[in-house]
Formats: sequence, structure tokens, C-alpha cells
Amino acid sequence: MVKINGTLVDAAGKTLTEYLVSTSYDPKRIAVERNGEIIPKAQYDSTVLREEDTVEVVSFVGGG
Amino acid sequence: MNSPVKTQGIPTKEEWRRTLAERQGEELLKKLEKAVVAVCGLGGLGSNIAIALARAGVGRLILLDFDKVDISNLHRQQYKAFQVGCYKTEALAENLKEISPYTEVKYYTGKVTEKNCRELLREADIICEAFDAAEEKAMLVNAVLELFPEKYLVAASGMAGLGPANTIRTRQVTEKFCLCGDGVSDVADGMGLVASRVMLCAAHQAHAVLRILAGEKKLEE
Repeated sequence: MVKINGTLVDAAGKTLTEYLVSTSYDPKRIAVERNGEIIPKAQYDSTVLREEDTVEVVSFVGGG
Repeated sequence: MNSPVKTQGIPTKEEWRRTLAERQGEELLKKLEKAVVAVCGLGGLGSNIAIALARAGVGRLILLDFDKVDISNLHRQQYKAFQVGCYKTEALAENLKEISPYTEVKYYTGKVTEKNCRELLREADIICEAFDAAEEKAMLVNAVLELFPEKYLVAASGMAGLGPANTIRTRQVTEKFCLCGDGVSDVADGMGLVASRVMLCAAHQAHAVLRILAGEKKLEE
């Protein structure tokens, strides 16, 4: 299981892109960290989520 | 008793510094004085963040924005009626000079992009993301976290509307990345931005910066 924003998700083995398309996140409005490190946008396709990863998807809304 | 601050005219740099040191202590003031903080976006968030940091004694500010002051900004941003049509960088630098004359202010009038942010933000110890559009926020946050893992980043998301003040909070996503706001109140959803709630979020951001500079590691608690 992968811990994503505090919830255990059955996403181990999926790429980050595969996980994200199964959600409602807009890829242009997010930043993703895994185990405390940013995952560069260019690596979403090649990043495979692993068992026991802790992932944080930070999603932005407009206003400032 | 004589006040160190004169009641007329601008206090001297020495008077200014002494007064700040009396309030917050020499040790903290020294940390603030040598700090360089970049404020990306000078709207309701950025204009308020910059003023709070200048007042607190942060030594150097780098202000970045491409836009001009519009009449529709005046209900929440720290500009004056006569500044409509001026570049926000120039107008805010002018206002900061009046508020806190000894803060060193540098500015860049133009868009901050993935390409130019390495150069523009190089000198900053802490970067405040204070943009308006969600895509721009995400662009800057991704770029800063990738390019400058050693720097602190204080970003904001969710402060639109008349929702409760108490849902605006500071979250420490990782050791060096803080996110302020309620996370959900999108400017596109309702009545837009209200001065008081944007200022709350800006205050969270400015306060996170001061706590970082004071050496605080746990920024939520």
C-alpha cells in the first residue's frame, strides 16, 4: 500500500501518471512529493510508486 | 521620558534599529536583518506579506510581479488610489520606502517563469509564492522545489470568499515547504477575494517566514 495524503491506497506498482489519471487532480495545478522529495513533472510517467511510499499531492486553487 | 523615535520627520536608521532591537531582541533582529526574502506576486497576498516583513525588520526583499495596479485591486491590495496604472513593483517599493525606509528593496518587473526563476530567486533565503492563478502557483512551487531544495518555500492556496477566518492555516508539507490557506476556497467559485481573508493568509505566510528566520523547525505547532 502507498500512503497518499494520509490515506492508504492500493497503488504500488503504478506509475505516478497512472495513479493521477485515476483521480480528479489537474496535473497542471499540483506538486507531488514522495518521501519528502519533489517529483519533477518530467518524471511523472517514469516514477513507479512503491510499497510503503509516503506521497503528498499538493493541489492549488486560484486566488492571491 | 524621551522616546527614541522622533515625533516628526523620519527616524534615523540608528533610532529605527534600536527600537526594533528593544522589541524583539538583538539576536532575532540580526537574523532578520541578514535575511533575503523573495515575494513572487504582489497582489493581496504579496503586498501584505512584503509590508509585514519590512515592518518586522527583514533586511532585504526581492519583489517580483509583471502587472500594473488596477482599480479592481484597491479593495484588498496595499496600493493607493493614485497608484492605479503604475507597475506594482514600483508602487510597492515606493510604499515600503514610506513605511520602512531602511529595508533594502530590489524588484523585478516581469513574469516569473520556469526559465528565469533560477536567476531571479538565486539570492533569496526564503521564497514566498503569492501568485493568483493555480497553474502559476504550481509552476513556481515545482520549480523552486526542484531547483532550490536548500531554500525554504512558503506558498498559499485557498483564501477566497467570506469563509471562516479560522480555516486559514499553515501546513508544513515537508521540512522546507509550508502551505498556507484553507486549501479549497477557489477564487473561481464565488465572490472573489476579500481583503480580510487574503490578509489572514498573507499574515500566515509572513509569520511562517519570521518563524523560519527565528530558527523554528516545527512550523505548524
